Amino acid sequence: MNTLKYQSQAVAKPYFVFAMILFVGQILFGLLMGLQYVVGDIVGTLIPFNVARMVHTNLLIVWLLFGFMGAAYYLVPEEAETELYSPKLAIALFWIFAAAGVATILGYLLVPYATLAEYTLNNLWPTMGREFLEQPTITKIGIVVVALGFLFNLGMTILKGRKTAINMVLITGLIGLAVFFLFAFYNPSNLALDKYFWWFVVHLWVEGVWELIMGAILAYVLIKVTGVDREVIEKWLYVIVAMALITGILGTGHHFYWLMTPEYWQWIGSIFSAMEPLPFFAMVLYAFNMVNRRRREHPNKAATLWALGTAVMAFLGAGVWGFLHTLSFVNYYTHGSQITAAHGHMAFYGAYAMIVMTIISYAMPKIRGIGEANCNKAQVWEMWGFWLMTVGMVFITLFLTGAGVLQVWLQRLPEGGEALSFMATQEKLAIFYWLREGAGVVFFLGLVAYLYSFFVKEKTA
Amino acid sequence: MSESFTKGMARNIYYGGAVFFFLIFLGLTFHTTKEMPKRDHRHNITEAVERGKALWEENNCIGCHTLIGEGAYFAPELGNVYIRRGGEAGFKAFFNGWMKAQPLNIPGRRQMPQFHLTDQEIDDLAEFLKWTSELNTNNWPPNIEG
Repeated sequence: MNTLKYQSQAVAKPYFVFAMILFVGQILFGLLMGLQYVVGDIVGTLIPFNVARMVHTNLLIVWLLFGFMGAAYYLVPEEAETELYSPKLAIALFWIFAAAGVATILGYLLVPYATLAEYTLNNLWPTMGREFLEQPTITKIGIVVVALGFLFNLGMTILKGRKTAINMVLITGLIGLAVFFLFAFYNPSNLALDKYFWWFVVHLWVEGVWELIMGAILAYVLIKVTGVDREVIEKWLYVIVAMALITGILGTGHHFYWLMTPEYWQWIGSIFSAMEPLPFFAMVLYAFNMVNRRRREHPNKAATLWALGTAVMAFLGAGVWGFLHTLSFVNYYTHGSQITAAHGHMAFYGAYAMIVMTIISYAMPKIRGIGEANCNKAQVWEMWGFWLMTVGMVFITLFLTGAGVLQVWLQRLPEGGEALSFMATQEKLAIFYWLREGAGVVFFLGLVAYLYSFFVKEKTA
Repeated sequence: MSESFTKGMARNIYYGGAVFFFLIFLGLTFHTTKEMPKRDHRHNITEAVERGKALWEENNCIGCHTLIGEGAYFAPELGNVYIRRGGEAGFKAFFNGWMKAQPLNIPGRRQMPQFHLTDQEIDDLAEFLKWTSELNTNNWPPNIEG
């Protein structure tokens, strides 16, 4: 059965499938790191923590990018009411990006990082060894090539078709993503400048343009599953993404408190980033409002659950947990503690992992020719996956927050002579780390249930 | 939302607001980079400091440690390690011994890998950490433990 409006939307499928494969890898390495936190020599020197972490975070970033690309290839043609400009280019770029990604991860795992830097001629243009930007320079160039081809393909599609608000917000977000990534190539020998402009990639991605991508995907899915008038949903979308940028751009200041920067960033960063939860709160109101005002009963209950879930969890993880430590006088004590880790985990899961699973949930039954929705049994498995992963992540966040509060109490608040050292503090936090690992196992079980749902079929009598 | 507030108005706030606040951000960035030399003491960046930063990056130190609070939270803060571990009098001797003793192989303890650095490289890295410890970070971290 063919259920796609535009056949070229099917190019999204390999992107979604590969994203899910990388997601499994990310979680497995996360579980390993969780154990290394409490049993430091659990795998001896086979996989040092820094390697595991690099694999964990880079897999996350890459699978989210695959998810965003799949989402764009799926929704842009339908919004533009025309076939994708070049499905062949989309498939070619998929293989290039997948090969570059796999080669880079294998490079991390198979040789020491310094050797990888040597093999990839990092000395010619050093860009490696900075958090999240660990990829060899050649991989970074590959990412730029893939991004340019991707934007060209989508841009041409939008140019020849309908320019809806969803397409315009999505494409401005994706252009921003590509443009800000260019700062990854700027690595001056002065650490002060290096750190300052590093945030142009990291913050302006996750607290800037990625929110546009999230907003556009959420708006698209809400229109589809609720049948509410496009005019209403698109007006909300513009308001939400406007709030995201108005608060988020100067909100970058919350990363400049303790970097060789003038003190005024403590004011600007505190004030604007304190408002960063607003767009996420608006997203919760809007998602629930639209679902309550729905004009149809869409058979894909799971997709609706993901759409509501991503709004709520993004608000909690990015909004509430971000606000917890964003004011400069609080951040002075919490900066770079387990509180930061708690926020990072729930924010990435809620805003970005969940929005990708939202569009996958909506689009995959159509791409696979199943119809509007998977069978009831498959949806039940999917919703088990949703709840186990989400509850798992809530507890990961709570336990890391507990660890962070205790860490600040023992290591940061006392005066120099009385404060515990970092390593002595870590020993006191072990119970929280064990509990976090348990919550991580629950999360993993949720992921297994979620993936299993793709293979569940209605019994044919 | 009320009917008098149209989609077109919302769109204009999106584009206009984004451009307006991004321009302010660029202006502040320009001012900040002008102020930075007073705080980063860039005249003290010697060739040894530059080589040390390259070593810091090529061995992925940020994958376990934080540097001025940024990085991984698995191992101690190193922005002020120069001061914490002896400063002018004792840091270099401590650091050379420390790097050579890895991995400590204490059962159950978090393991730092052996990076096989030469004495020269260890000295370069020490120079980088010394320069980093002198940066004006608006008084962060709160105490010596980082």
